[in-house]
Amino acid sequence: MSDNNRLLVSAHKLDQDMVRGNAFMLLKTQFQKTVGLYLCLVLLLFLICASIVYGYTDTSWKVALEAFTDFNGSKEHLILQSVRLPRSLIAACIGASLAISGVLMQTLTKNPLASPEIFGINAGAGLAVVISVTIFSAGSTQAYTWVSFLGAAIAAIGVYIVGSFGREGLTPLKLTLAGSVVAVLFSSITQGFLVISETTLDQVLFWLAGSVQGRKLDTLTAVLPYLAVGWVISLLLASKLNLLSMGDDVAKGLGLKVGFIKLTAASCVILLAGGAVAIAGPVGFIGIVIPHITRAIIGIDHRWIIPYSAMLGGILLLAADILARYVIMPQEVPVGVMTAIIGTPFFIHIARKGFNAN
Amino acid sequence: MLLDKKTAAIFTGLLFLLIFTFLLSAGTGQLYISPLDVAKAILGFGSKLHTTVITSFRLPRIMVAMMVGMALAVAGGILQGIIRNPLASPDIIGLTSGASFAVVSFLALFSTENNALTVSISWLPIAAFAGAAITAFLVYFLAWKNGVSPVRLVLIGIGISALMQAGTTTMMILGPIYRASQANIWITGSVNGSKWTDASIVTPLVLVLMGIAFMLVRHLNVQELGEDIARGVGSKVQKQRLLLLLIATALTGSAVAFAGGIGFVGLMAPHIARRLVGSAFGALLPVAALIGAVLVIIADLAGRTLFDPLEIPAGVFTASIGAPYFIYLLYKTRNS
Repeated sequence: MSDNNRLLVSAHKLDQDMVRGNAFMLLKTQFQKTVGLYLCLVLLLFLICASIVYGYTDTSWKVALEAFTDFNGSKEHLILQSVRLPRSLIAACIGASLAISGVLMQTLTKNPLASPEIFGINAGAGLAVVISVTIFSAGSTQAYTWVSFLGAAIAAIGVYIVGSFGREGLTPLKLTLAGSVVAVLFSSITQGFLVISETTLDQVLFWLAGSVQGRKLDTLTAVLPYLAVGWVISLLLASKLNLLSMGDDVAKGLGLKVGFIKLTAASCVILLAGGAVAIAGPVGFIGIVIPHITRAIIGIDHRWIIPYSAMLGGILLLAADILARYVIMPQEVPVGVMTAIIGTPFFIHIARKGFNAN
Repeated sequence: MLLDKKTAAIFTGLLFLLIFTFLLSAGTGQLYISPLDVAKAILGFGSKLHTTVITSFRLPRIMVAMMVGMALAVAGGILQGIIRNPLASPDIIGLTSGASFAVVSFLALFSTENNALTVSISWLPIAAFAGAAITAFLVYFLAWKNGVSPVRLVLIGIGISALMQAGTTTMMILGPIYRASQANIWITGSVNGSKWTDASIVTPLVLVLMGIAFMLVRHLNVQELGEDIARGVGSKVQKQRLLLLLIATALTGSAVAFAGGIGFVGLMAPHIARRLVGSAFGALLPVAALIGAVLVIIADLAGRTLFDPLEIPAGVFTASIGAPYFIYLLYKTRNS
């Protein structure tokens, strides 16, 4: 039997196991899952449109449509085209990327609490950007992007090493402690830099707040290639991730190049989470909440988890962003705050549940 | 326990170290004054210039730094005793961020457009205490599941911290104190701008709370042996734990009210103290208090002199020392 066939057989067996084993799955058959995915897509598209239409400058759906089909240069049309459209597309892309990176992290570390912010990626990228602006006077989005990747990678590797000390390896407790301590360290140094240089503060404060507001379309187009590569590779990796989640030994026995797959997945995490931070700054909790919700809906098959969590991540961030405009009208809450408010109860739930089992 | 010879020697040594750092810090700045002249000025024999510079500008902030250091160190020591985990500290459990949230809300809600307060500033510690207390209750309550396990307490503390930080950000945007850089400095933790009014509130408060903590110390010794043993020797475990938690909360609240979130002192100071005098709390808490005071005074001194004329918040320095120390602790306890 060729390697491929063996993989197929085992994946098929895994599928059956999952259908039998997971009683909490909401959607069980292939047909239900496909329909569900299309429904998510429709909801996502609807929210993208809603995000363009609703807000402080209220417009109607008709005007919004005209702004794109029959642009007349009015203030309203201008806002819709240059402010609302980028914002809603960015929210969708960021949400999807953060959710996928959360899935990859949780599978790689076999740790239910793994997510970009726990791994210190936000704080690392934040520090890197602030240093680059203060010392090297970086200003362009391109520069922000690369620097964010670098900071994200350094922080994630650091947390991984610190968290893996000891015989038991990366337990949820150690990961969380290591992540939070690295995050505190980085954000303190960031604060220090900001105090030294007020011009930097002006330049990066809007970014540090964690928001999808006020970003231009260029910002997205600069980072989108990296995100897209991350999405595609994650989808391609999906069946391999299924094997990986059965344990390293089993995966190795089935002929999987474990080291290579892990490395590829980790690079995807950096691309997705680093790219997301580069655009929107630290937006927390999407990466931890969405994978858990997704698994509750469609089980543990990554070929479904990855597209579903991408959709759901986009949906959640778009919804949070729309909500953020209405909570304290006329001001706006940064969307990072909204996701924290939604995400904390989830985090606590997982922390309570996870440690009952141990 | 305090009468133990070695302990007494260490205590005296640290006391001298504290006095020395105190004098050094009071003498260092744009105008350097030798420690001897500082002592003279404080006692009322110095030159007029020295006396003015020291008593009206430098002393208040150093007093606040000292008290804040002591408060955080003792709070950390108590928490490590109750939770029986060396990694417990007011910042990890989320008390600091809860108090920060309360303080920022207080400032945001009771400020006029020109940043003047509509109520007396002496309510601030009460707000901070309330914030810390509510957080402590919330974390303790959510971590409860047939008793409180240290692991759950820490994880849930971190979760609640994130929520409180989100609240703080919202309040900064809502209120007129959205002078972002000021708020930033405060959240990182700084004693910059402390006045005698601050010092005169925080000093008695911290001293009284520490006094109570030292009186409750024998309960803490029993608590550290574990719930079963504690109950076995006739300790009212839950009641005492609550009382001790309240004291720790009040200490954290008063520290945060005056200096913001100066991190890691509550973690480091009790640890170093344990290394020096062992784990009997009668000796540990006072020694930890001295170490905490020295740490914060030095962090403040470094913050205002190293990058002169810029002021770096003291919290940046405590975090830069504290985080590596924490990683070292994680490494050391890796297999337990």
